Amino acid sequence: MKTFDYTITDELGIHARPAGELVKEAKKYSSAIFINANGRKVNAAKLMMIMGLGVKKGTVVTIEADGEDEDAAIAGLRTFFSENL
Amino acid sequence: MEQYQGKTIFNKIAIGKVFFYQKRETQVKRQHIENAETEIVRFDAAKKTALAQLDQIYEKALQEVGADNAAVFAVHKMMMEDEDYLDSVYNMIRGELINAEYAVAATGDNFAKMFAQMDDAYMQARAADVRDISERLIAVLSGSGTIAGTLAGSRTGSAAGTENVAGTGIVTEIDADTDIGNRTGTGTDMLASDEPVILMADDLAPSETVQMDKSRILAFVTRRGSSNSHTAILARSMNIPAVIGIDIREEWAGKTAIVDGYTGTVIIDPDAATLEQMSAKMLDDERRQQLLKELRGKETITRSGKKIHLYANIGSVSDVAQVLENDGEGIGLFRSEFLYLESDTFPTEEEQFKAYKMVAQNMAGKKVIVRTLDIGADKQADYFHLEKEDNPAMGYRAIRICLDQQEIFRTQLRALLRASAFGNISIMFPMIISVQEVLESKRILEEVKTELREQNIPYKDVEVGIMIETPAAVWISEELAKEVDFFSIGTNDLTQYTLAIDRQNPKLDSIYDPHHPAVLRSIRMVIENGHRGGAWVGICGELGADTSLTETFVEMGIDELSVSPSFILPVREAVRKLS
Repeated sequence: MKTFDYTITDELGIHARPAGELVKEAKKYSSAIFINANGRKVNAAKLMMIMGLGVKKGTVVTIEADGEDEDAAIAGLRTFFSENL
Repeated sequence: MEQYQGKTIFNKIAIGKVFFYQKRETQVKRQHIENAETEIVRFDAAKKTALAQLDQIYEKALQEVGADNAAVFAVHKMMMEDEDYLDSVYNMIRGELINAEYAVAATGDNFAKMFAQMDDAYMQARAADVRDISERLIAVLSGSGTIAGTLAGSRTGSAAGTENVAGTGIVTEIDADTDIGNRTGTGTDMLASDEPVILMADDLAPSETVQMDKSRILAFVTRRGSSNSHTAILARSMNIPAVIGIDIREEWAGKTAIVDGYTGTVIIDPDAATLEQMSAKMLDDERRQQLLKELRGKETITRSGKKIHLYANIGSVSDVAQVLENDGEGIGLFRSEFLYLESDTFPTEEEQFKAYKMVAQNMAGKKVIVRTLDIGADKQADYFHLEKEDNPAMGYRAIRICLDQQEIFRTQLRALLRASAFGNISIMFPMIISVQEVLESKRILEEVKTELREQNIPYKDVEVGIMIETPAAVWISEELAKEVDFFSIGTNDLTQYTLAIDRQNPKLDSIYDPHHPAVLRSIRMVIENGHRGGAWVGICGELGADTSLTETFVEMGIDELSVSPSFILPVREAVRKLS
């Protein structure tokens, strides 16, 4: 399992559109991908759960990927977060 | 006459008759079914139809309100295909042998409740999106005509009082024994008369808003909704005045009303004087809109064919909306100070990169000239620890800080170059007084580029320009022009320095004259020298928007004018009148 931390800088936090994009990104990989925030852990392929986390600007989230392509997943998600959130 | 105060969504005025939008009510009943799998097949078919409808709505929204605003319907599609949402529906159908409509309604309510209970206004507003997709599914399900065959008919009266829906872990309790609310259809055929109306409703869903025939709606007034809602965003991009938070009453139907989107006021049965006054205000507003309509998409070009690039000055990312609304051809001055002034510490490269990238992307390939840090003088941020100066306008500011504290400068240049890969960014240095400063700034820029190349971080070649705002720069403008791609004349500071008048001192206002011949001759000299040295020349100070001088500037050979968004169209009109 691989992980990385990221501090959200988007003004609105993880809002609807980037949450949708995140789901698309997460579904590209066969690894199980989770996002940890505010003491909860949810599957990054589930839109409503991600939105339900209510991640705001300044929150530190931990992304974890577990599976065959976990390295690629972590690299892809790192880029995704820095460009979108 | 009665007057009500709400919250405005879009600044525009409408006067007309009130129409009450009643949602077509569909009671969702809990019904027992015999065969869960048949019901699931029926639900899947309905979902397919609903997704196709959303595709159509997305296409309509794309054409009418643009990709950014249409994106809400792409999100709706994803919500409708969300695993937890679907699992909840399937589990209810299978586990309780109930009809799909009820399973969707209960699931939708649970998820909407989850959002409504969040402590963030933006997320609370998402409850409306969940309701919207659930109502769409229910409308398809009830309209499909295949219900009869699959339903046992009667409502169960003795379901378990409350329960958690399996699988999601986040739903709250539901009262499974009662009907769930009044469900709506997606009616768009509710306007009986052809006369455009002020539409009043309890609340509107995003899909309802976009599906309405715009030519028949003068304004939206709703009781509920928030300025964060997608409906509000759509109303804005549809150019329709909208006020929310009004305690609407059915007896207003058919009455004359005024919706003042500037103040958030709704007036029912206005008296003659008010009607006259507001009609005048509306006409003024319409004239401006007319100007917009006539000049939108038109070139800023004189009758003899001299083209002027008409750009906008902005001070934050959110100003871009106004630039696009007023048809700006680019951004001639993006003051990057806001990033520093709004922050308690130095903004990181990442924060800056995001802001620049967003502006570059939103401007979609149009020119975006970012002025590097121009802090000091009247613009202070505590964490810079700038010493108090007797003469700050002539003090430690702008490029002088950047060349002295190069780490601050490098961070900004890195962010700018990285963002350049996402649009058409140019970089402009402020407060230049010597060729040496330009060479030094360019050298640092080249070093940052090398660094990015070594790290395989993409960037595009950017145009480099300088502000001409000191008399020194005016006098050496020919030499400066050989080192840069463009000049932008900052007439506010240039006037202050040329006339030796502190523009912060109100006592001197009467002699602070930007039309002073010394200022105008400086501008002429800069344009001529700029062209001789191979640089194009623009004006980004307030003088650029002064239409009494537009002819003079064009005659001098100006290439670009950058003005506040609200001046774009008046200046375009002035240029197009020139021979």
